[in-house]
Amino acid sequence: MKHYIARRAGYSLLSLILLSLTIFLFIRLTGDPTALLTEPGASEEDIAAIQAKFGLDQPLWIQYGVFMGSLLRGDLGDSFYYQTPVLDLYLSRLPNSLILAVSAMAFSLLLGIPSGILAAVKVGKFWDNAGKLFALLGLSLPSFLVGLLMILLFSVYLEWLPSSGSGGILHLLMPAFALGWYFAAAHMRLTRSSMLEVMGSEYIKLARLKGLSETGVIAKHAFKNALIPVVTLAGINLINMINVAVVVETVFAWPGIGRLLYEGVSFRDFPVVQGVVLIGGAMIVVVNLLVDIIYAIIDPRIRLEK
Amino acid sequence: MDESPLLELRNLSTHYISQGGSRVVRAVDDVSLSLRAGETLGIVGESGSGKSTLALSMMRVLPPAARITNGQLLLNGEDLVPKSDDEMRHIRGKQIAMILQDPMASLNPLFTIGDQVGEPLRLHEGASRRSAWERAIGLLKAVRIPSPETRVKQYPHEMSGGMRQRIVGAIGISCEPRLLIADEPTTSLDLTIQAQYLKLLRDLQAEHNLGLIFITHNLGIVARMCDQLAVMYAGRIVETGPVSDVFNRPAHPYTAALLRSIPRMTQARERLTAIEGQPPDPSTLPPGCAFAGRCPSAFDRCRREAPPVMDVAPGRNARCWLVEDQAVPVATRGAA
Repeated sequence: MKHYIARRAGYSLLSLILLSLTIFLFIRLTGDPTALLTEPGASEEDIAAIQAKFGLDQPLWIQYGVFMGSLLRGDLGDSFYYQTPVLDLYLSRLPNSLILAVSAMAFSLLLGIPSGILAAVKVGKFWDNAGKLFALLGLSLPSFLVGLLMILLFSVYLEWLPSSGSGGILHLLMPAFALGWYFAAAHMRLTRSSMLEVMGSEYIKLARLKGLSETGVIAKHAFKNALIPVVTLAGINLINMINVAVVVETVFAWPGIGRLLYEGVSFRDFPVVQGVVLIGGAMIVVVNLLVDIIYAIIDPRIRLEK
Repeated sequence: MDESPLLELRNLSTHYISQGGSRVVRAVDDVSLSLRAGETLGIVGESGSGKSTLALSMMRVLPPAARITNGQLLLNGEDLVPKSDDEMRHIRGKQIAMILQDPMASLNPLFTIGDQVGEPLRLHEGASRRSAWERAIGLLKAVRIPSPETRVKQYPHEMSGGMRQRIVGAIGISCEPRLLIADEPTTSLDLTIQAQYLKLLRDLQAEHNLGLIFITHNLGIVARMCDQLAVMYAGRIVETGPVSDVFNRPAHPYTAALLRSIPRMTQARERLTAIEGQPPDPSTLPPGCAFAGRCPSAFDRCRREAPPVMDVAPGRNARCWLVEDQAVPVATRGAA
């Protein structure tokens, strides 16, 4: 078991190092940030001074070494644009992202689980087909399009909801819907298939043979069992939501981490991009590591394999 | 003994009908049977012969595509076929109970044993949570589970297969049903556990004067457990009668062939006989007798015309033209 955990942790660390190298190199392909940080027609000396200030005049491998060195001390560096530590920026945006992700998750579960159960119980009937159509639209319509269509309908034509920014609950509705849309479809499909599998099991047959009503069979015996994989997926999806909200937060100008990343890319703010991507990557790696370890605790077959 | 049967099936048919009705599978076709309280009826047949569908028809818990298309299902003289789902719910688990094939999968992994054993009591007798729990302990004791007080609090994954099957048995008898249907309850148990379980079922039967229907493909179990035997082939009962009579003088060539295929300790050197050919596709049955294609004694009429149920002796009948003309010698066992 100890060997297993040590090996998984080693792999996780390796993935993070590879991620840091990748993002470090790729963000530098976007161009020279000094062009955006100086006024047009700035003198050679000014540009050189700025480059020296941010260490951009050093060779790449030294820049990477400096970046990794401060990372080991828990320092993600300062933003070129805001001139404040990246970590502070990240933490100041995190609550907004969490609010958005939690609301989107709640929406996706409230819509996905009941509709998945309905589709499984009425398999092959109208509600199942309606559910399939919803799943198709949910998984194939990109969230930026859903967001733009909603802005068009609810902000431009109906003038019910604010199109951007954060504030009250009204500001939250459309971004949460746009972000939760895809996940609602994913949760619906998983609930449906998991429910169908459970409904075909022997213990459901036995529950019916005991004389339970169909509602009783579904509510007591099937529902809990069908929910297990959905809860597992939802947990992982919550992390994904915080990280994939870039498009939704940009469309609705929601001041979260996704938007911070977007700003970082457009201003060539290297430390911001590196920091946001690394923290996001670390979250995913840690969650996966925990899942691996929990599975190993549950299932001895995983634990024993060499 | 009470002469009126506990359960009587009259010409019961259950068909699987595909969407649109283009394909009809006659899983159970024109089945008539009867069983008295305290008696054991064995239903034997190969896989796909309709045994399990017959059992599910008796419980009226058929899959959506299956339908009882004809016949009566009398429990204490009362027909269950026209009953609504609501009415059936009060009969299921209370008057008729069923034990399923797979003990490992029959229990819900997320509920305690006590909860699952007590569930029918709470459902049918309005027992409180506490009294259902107390009675669950008593039921576990009845199916001889050691230290039932600790076992009720445990979950199915903490039990062995044999124990789980006993628990499924305890669920079956929890509301003291009149009729217990056991669908191959021992196929997944090893031989010693199997013997123990069969003994347990017999004891429970004697204690509660249960009518017991034993569905199996194991003729050895039938010989040990059953009073009456019904042999099923391609959805039909081809022969019924008291077990000893059928075993000693099978009237239907299929029964005779089945009996020849049992390995015997006393004839260790003899090769086992298999029945030639395959059972017919139940969706396209031949016009005559379904067994005609594999039957060594088949003649023209067998292929043209399906034989009706004919009396062989009092309490015995078979669906075979050979029976009609008593001059034709009844196929005897072990001719080789």
